[in-house]
Amino acid sequence: MSTLLTQLELGPMFRALMRNKIGALLIALQIALTLTIMVNAIFMMQERSQQMARASGLDEANTFYLSNTVFAQNYNLKTALQQDLQRIRQTPGVVDATQINAIPLSGGGWSMSLQTKAGDDIEGTGTAVYMVDEHGINSMGLELIAGENFQNSEIGWREEGSTKWPPKAIISKALAETMFEGDWKNALGKTVYIDNHQPVQVIGIIKALQAPWNGWNGVERSMLVPQQLDSKGSRFFIRTEPGRRDELMPVIEKMLAESDRGRIIRNVTSMEQTRDESYQEHQATNTILLTVIIVLTLITGFGIVGLAMFSINRRTRQIGTRRALGASQWQVMRYFMLENLLISFAGVILGAAGAIGLNIWLVATFEMSPLSPLLLVIGVVALLIVGQLAVSYPALVASKISPATATRGRA
Amino acid sequence: MFSYYLKLAYLSCKRTWGMTLLMVCAIGLGIGASMTTITVNYLMSANPIPQKSEQLFFVQMDSWQPNDPYSDDGDAPTQLTYRDATYLWQAQKAKRQTIQSGMAAVIEPADKEVLPFMVQGRANSADFFPMFDVPFLYGSGWDHQADLKKERVIVINAELNERLFGGKDSTGQTVRMAGEDYKITGVIDRWNPKPRFYDISTGSFNDVEEVFVPFSLITEQKFDRSGNTNCWKPTESGFQAFLDSECIWVQLWVELPTAQDKEAYFSFMNAYAKEQNQYGRFARTDNNKLRDVMQWLEYAEVVSDDASMMMAMSLMFLLVCLLNTVGLLLAKFLGKASEIGVRQALGASRNDLFIQHLIESGCIGLAGGLLGLVLAILGLEAIKVMYGDWIRDLAQLDFTLVAMAIGLAIVSALLAGLYPTWRACQVQPSVQLKSQ
Repeated sequence: MSTLLTQLELGPMFRALMRNKIGALLIALQIALTLTIMVNAIFMMQERSQQMARASGLDEANTFYLSNTVFAQNYNLKTALQQDLQRIRQTPGVVDATQINAIPLSGGGWSMSLQTKAGDDIEGTGTAVYMVDEHGINSMGLELIAGENFQNSEIGWREEGSTKWPPKAIISKALAETMFEGDWKNALGKTVYIDNHQPVQVIGIIKALQAPWNGWNGVERSMLVPQQLDSKGSRFFIRTEPGRRDELMPVIEKMLAESDRGRIIRNVTSMEQTRDESYQEHQATNTILLTVIIVLTLITGFGIVGLAMFSINRRTRQIGTRRALGASQWQVMRYFMLENLLISFAGVILGAAGAIGLNIWLVATFEMSPLSPLLLVIGVVALLIVGQLAVSYPALVASKISPATATRGRA
Repeated sequence: MFSYYLKLAYLSCKRTWGMTLLMVCAIGLGIGASMTTITVNYLMSANPIPQKSEQLFFVQMDSWQPNDPYSDDGDAPTQLTYRDATYLWQAQKAKRQTIQSGMAAVIEPADKEVLPFMVQGRANSADFFPMFDVPFLYGSGWDHQADLKKERVIVINAELNERLFGGKDSTGQTVRMAGEDYKITGVIDRWNPKPRFYDISTGSFNDVEEVFVPFSLITEQKFDRSGNTNCWKPTESGFQAFLDSECIWVQLWVELPTAQDKEAYFSFMNAYAKEQNQYGRFARTDNNKLRDVMQWLEYAEVVSDDASMMMAMSLMFLLVCLLNTVGLLLAKFLGKASEIGVRQALGASRNDLFIQHLIESGCIGLAGGLLGLVLAILGLEAIKVMYGDWIRDLAQLDFTLVAMAIGLAIVSALLAGLYPTWRACQVQPSVQLKSQ
């Protein structure tokens, strides 16, 4: 071991470093801060990417929706709704359509609390509520994994301002798991209570359906209830055959708008666009964080190159002397590479502490989750590699210094 | 002497152009990133109504369910029930007060060729306009009597006036909305406070509404309410049951010019809560809040976590850039040791050398600052593209921010230059001359 250390010239290297403490310290500090920022930034990016990757449960590629706002007076909402739905469903290329009260991931919707026992003081589980008819599951492209769909006869008409709930519901697997302690199958056929007292029977379970609020910790919890809304502002959710969405969006908008002048058709939006808008901030933040990481690494890298070039320039004659005394080109190169490794090592140790410190602060201030140690290790290794890459060019230049330099005056 | 030092700085930078470029880029990137995030934070946390933000108070009353507080920190709900809000408003105990909620309706233009369209509006009381210093292009708001009599009156914004009346004075004319005619009492001039402090419940940086109508018309059920509604107690069906319910969806702002006024109003609120407590409501009678504009915006955390996090990150980024600059300047100045030795031998004092090198650092800082400013402008443009419409007004440099960017750059560069300069001045002329 001791011969290896002598061979690697760690002793003289360390003494040389101590003579230029500040330069080494500056590089080490830069590496430390870079690691601190980099690891936390990557971690923040990961958190956001994971959120964005969660499946909504919908057939996002082939679905869109629109708002139907009625302004005419004395308008028969019920008749108009059935006519509209029939017209949409009969349009060639449309798979199915339903009226719906809220759109997943759109930010606005309806939530209720469900409880396993009736009563005012029972703690419930919050869930998003989607009011659909028997075409709801097919229109959204949901997967029914247990139980059955609603029947046409079960679809109720919800008067404006009503607080009455229908006796049947279909719930998401995540909601079933939360309410029945992880055993979602147990939920099927059970009676749960909405609005503290009203009993609702779970007749089906769907694999997944996200709530309208992507930042809510219960975003996977949702329920479908068989109701059509007596409302002047309603939405239609429409699913098309694969690849025909963009072609059908304007067709259906035009068809509805022209069939009836007593209303406005607005916000014709695809589910993909809704997802993009929903996660726009996440996406933007990630782009910025990525840019920061790249630029930061470049700056640190170039900083290392600059300082190493300078120190090599200053030591040209010493290097020449070493070469004249028999050191090989590789030995000179190795010297500078190792020197950088030594400095970087000090930097990453400090930086690891900094990264953990910053993470603790972020966790406390912004309710983030703690950093994964693996990420820290990856960051450390990555920065050591960046340091070695950055110093390799100056080291190469140093190794090319001719032994003859030693005999000349100061370069 | 100054211009001579500038010339020396120029020559020195030219000689080591690679290093100089690296330093200017580092400072520029650091300043650019910091200024971008500082701008967004600064505008997010701006006072939207500085002239009277300390006299306007947001009323919070804890009518929420007895066994589970509204928010995790135990604070009162952020909206009121209709019954509490109307009681407090009708009492008229403050200098001015407005109850409000969001609304939306369809406008049918008189010109039948123009398609009907949807507008986002606000249902509020007469005091809304004077208390928030709303500027009017034509006319004014309505009066208290209009609120009480549920008159069909409306205030529209300049854009809508442009659209419907070609920008002419439209006061006295009518707008057909939700199947009824509303008389225009005033047209609001361009007014877009950011944050939109008076209602942040559906987005802190939304634009000001297109129409304003008396809140009392809500009970007529002619147009749709918009905004958040939260309920904890089951209610009967029907609109009257909803108005009488424990659902919270109404906001109340009061104007209280002095500390005594605030004191008196707060006692009034608490007395009301105590009284209601006797009827079995308001389980927590001492949890009512009266926050002024800035206290309310701070409590509601309108500055997004992302924005603060980004600012922290970018300031650390600037620090890295500065460390980088310190290192490079040190290398650069020490590389000039022989030149410094010669200058000293020829009679330059340490003071002269110090100033000379500080000027050189300052110039690099200035160049970096200018680059940073350009990068900040690009950065803000990128933010506008990436984050979408709502951030538009939060991504604009004003004079203060530009001055701040340049100042920050020069100060940082001087700070970064301090140690290298000091080291350069420590050069021993004899040693340097000998080695020549």
